[in-house]
Amino acid sequence: MKKDYEDIPGTFVFDADRSREGYHLNQFCITLRLQKNRDAFNANEEAYLDGFPMTPEQREAVLKRQWNRLLELGGNVYYTSKLAANDGINFQNLAGLMTGMGVESYREMMLNGGRSIEGNRYKSEWGEE
Amino acid sequence: MARITAGVGVSHVPAIGVAMDTGITDQPYWQPVFKGFEFSRKWMAEKKPDVVFLVYNDHCTAFDASCIPTFALGAAATFTPADEGYGPRPVPVVKNHQKMASHIAQSLILDEFDLTIMNEMEVDHGLTVPLSVMYGDKKPEDDWGVLVIPLAVNVVQYPAPTGNRCYNLGKAIRRAVESFPEDLNVVIFGTGGMSHQLQYKRAGLINPEFDTMFLDKLTSDPVGLSKMPHVDYLREAGSEGVEMVMWHVMRGALDDDVVEVHRHYHVPASNTAVGHIILENKNA
Ligand SMILES: [Fe+2]
Repeated sequence: MKKDYEDIPGTFVFDADRSREGYHLNQFCITLRLQKNRDAFNANEEAYLDGFPMTPEQREAVLKRQWNRLLELGGNVYYTSKLAANDGINFQNLAGLMTGMGVESYREMMLNGGRSIEGNRYKSEWGEE
Repeated sequence: MARITAGVGVSHVPAIGVAMDTGITDQPYWQPVFKGFEFSRKWMAEKKPDVVFLVYNDHCTAFDASCIPTFALGAAATFTPADEGYGPRPVPVVKNHQKMASHIAQSLILDEFDLTIMNEMEVDHGLTVPLSVMYGDKKPEDDWGVLVIPLAVNVVQYPAPTGNRCYNLGKAIRRAVESFPEDLNVVIFGTGGMSHQLQYKRAGLINPEFDTMFLDKLTSDPVGLSKMPHVDYLREAGSEGVEMVMWHVMRGALDDDVVEVHRHYHVPASNTAVGHIILENKNA
């Protein structure tokens, strides 16, 4: 089926294909919503991750906190934000990391009205296919 | 009979809840966000609804990826504020009008809207932040002062229900409310939005022209607005901007002709454009 949203730049639309790919990764992330699980994860990340049959790439991206890679591998930001929250990173600072802008200049951009829609509608405007 | 007298559209940005919970609402960053709700809190106090029918989405809190209901109606007696990864919000437990909720569930299903019924459910910022901005600061031991019937809509996994489906669900909710025999004043909330994108390289997208068009058309052309395809939200209002479909449920539950009594729009709260509108039925 053709996806009419695939030409939006810098965006993953969390559809059924992504959801299927990211299932175990996202199910791991959501466990961190509870303090007892955060404690267990923080005590031994590797051992905790053994409980979730994710791919080696997903596991590596979790351990290395590769925030964009997690999305590329089927993660959804509402799930990965639970991992970020465990690390003391809120939504805004997570966005600062994912955009590659850094926390300070991202915050500055938001204070100045955010990222404009102009030039950000189509991949072609980003020089992508 | 019970009647829906007004609708409220409101963003449910988690950072707004954090700002209230940590007592920093008078800081220069937050002051303009909360200023726009001063009217609304007075309006709520005057309107004094018996029940708020609250349309919101869960953000991978009460619902994990194992089960993704498109529409889930809260039928439990109470709903506890959830721990979303940084501790539960220190706000009151949300109390349902359980009898009315089960009446609405039955009515909607017979009206061919096949809901999921939740007899146990925690609620996240999507539900508690709208209550906080509209009712003001409340401690866990306080009471919200209103009964709340929650309707959780899937907007996390594509596709969310269409705007048209949401609009028509609003109409069915109205029929359900009006067939409930108790004399109750009901206000319906549609929450989420406005333009925002939380993820990947385009995060931070804000589109005030789109948001203003959306707020305008809630009054001037709600039916046309409800036909907008998902790709327009995703492209123009950001990947998380598609939450705005939930406002169509609220709009569909109102009269065709409404009066806009209040509007508030501010950028930014964290990553998001804050939008808020109050619409009253003309004959209310
Ligand atoms: Fe939301």
